[in-house]
Amino acid sequence: MAARQGRLGSQVDIPSFFIQILNSIQYGLLLFLCASGLTLVFGIMGVINLAHGSLYMIGAYLAFSLSEHLGSLWLALPVGVVLAVVFGAVLEWLLIERLYKREHLHQVLLTYGLILVFEELRSVIWGDDVHGVSMPPLLAASIALTDTLSYPVYRLWMSGVCLVLALLMAWVLLRTRLGMIIRAGSVNSEMVQSLGINIGVIHRIVFAAGVGLAAFAGMLAAPVSSVFPGMGNQVLIICFVVVVIGGIGSLKGALVGAILIGVVDTFGKVLTLEIAGVKILPELAGMSIYLLMAVILIWRPEGIFGKVRS
Amino acid sequence: MPPLIEARGIHTHYGASHVLHGIDFVLHAGETLGLMGRNGMGKTTLLKSLLGLLPLTAGSVRVKGADLTGAAPHRVARAGIAYVPEGRGIFPNLTVRENLVMAARPAAAGQASWTLDRVLFTFPRLAERMTHDGGNLSGGEQQMLTIGRALMTNPDALILDEATEGLAPLVARDIWRIIGEIRATGMATVIVDKNFSAVSSIADRAMILVKGAVVYDGSSAELREDKALHMRYLGV
Repeated sequence: MAARQGRLGSQVDIPSFFIQILNSIQYGLLLFLCASGLTLVFGIMGVINLAHGSLYMIGAYLAFSLSEHLGSLWLALPVGVVLAVVFGAVLEWLLIERLYKREHLHQVLLTYGLILVFEELRSVIWGDDVHGVSMPPLLAASIALTDTLSYPVYRLWMSGVCLVLALLMAWVLLRTRLGMIIRAGSVNSEMVQSLGINIGVIHRIVFAAGVGLAAFAGMLAAPVSSVFPGMGNQVLIICFVVVVIGGIGSLKGALVGAILIGVVDTFGKVLTLEIAGVKILPELAGMSIYLLMAVILIWRPEGIFGKVRS
Repeated sequence: MPPLIEARGIHTHYGASHVLHGIDFVLHAGETLGLMGRNGMGKTTLLKSLLGLLPLTAGSVRVKGADLTGAAPHRVARAGIAYVPEGRGIFPNLTVRENLVMAARPAAAGQASWTLDRVLFTFPRLAERMTHDGGNLSGGEQQMLTIGRALMTNPDALILDEATEGLAPLVARDIWRIIGEIRATGMATVIVDKNFSAVSSIADRAMILVKGAVVYDGSSAELREDKALHMRYLGV
């Protein structure tokens, strides 16, 4: 998703190890932001949304266009989030709402169709070029760690924002009445309705929030990863790995899964490992997260925080 | 004043099977109604049809005069009808406190409202279990929680489906005592239960369903006296 910082090589010294840890956490937190919407929508409404990655891409393109028109990423972020949330609510009302009582095959077909529609729309509106988004000057600096190594402020800021959002999500779900209703609805939506609560509105809020989170993740990543066609698809696959590792529907699982993937993916690319003359890393780095998933699923088939479904 | 619930000519299907055959159902304010019938005669189907949880094939449902035929369940609930379903329907992943608080809705003007404090006063057992997950409660505690949660919505009518099913006799007696207390506040109740003597002694009126049709709708006391009648329809 993002270009890696630091040196590659077999002799990982303390400062570059530290940098890789920061990179792992930053990548993991960004993945969490994107995967959280996917896991919430699945856990609460039972909908598999394959178009989730496309919403991440739309976020990145929104960051590109809005920061051009409004002159800064600072303005683009809030405007873009509002647009994405409204778009999510409309999408839920038009299409997704019809999927709640359908089987997974229908959900997969419709949301896969949405990927194609969104890619085509992206091509019509923005073309097929790769774009860059400039960082706000305030965050464009780097912090020097040694004479030769430094760490960009933007990435630290990104990690901080993701962390704040993670805490905010946990607070809403665990401490507010809306959160209680959302959790109640995930186990028995009929009972929630019989208590006088319009579950349709709750579902719309959850879906729109999920879209907002995916788009916001794309907007945050835009300055470090550039903005390009198809960028949502690779994110989608990694987000699914995160959700499956963490346990479907579990926010805590998504956070742990995302950080694990951040660490394994980052270090898989910088460490070298040779066993009996066969180079394992970084040659197999591209497979590392899938190996991680396989190991975790053998250990816990429901994911780390997954509930055993009867 | 129109009745709390007034349903006319209700027909309901489960898939291809025709379960309810033209039922008229009325519940007046403050009244306690015992809904009786053997298993599979359509009691739960009737309740779910009134509550908007099952689609009607024909007929109408009015709550306090407002037409709620085919309305979403949350609208029926907001009109003042609370439901304690068979199997209880607590949220196992929420604490006792959360189960109660998530349902809270203020009372209509002039009513003595059910607050968290009042519910906990009525169910002291729940007060001791506030931080436990609903799924960790005993059957009796879960039933208290479901009734308490329904009361938190400050309803005009409480519908209890199999309120004492599967509970130990002592616990069941406690639930009956509480239902009596709720009845004494003037709240209308509809009670479905296997315990004929308990239901018929608390209810003002009784209604018996046989194969999806009403075969008796009248005084509960008269039904108690008429042994041949309840023997024939209920087998007790």
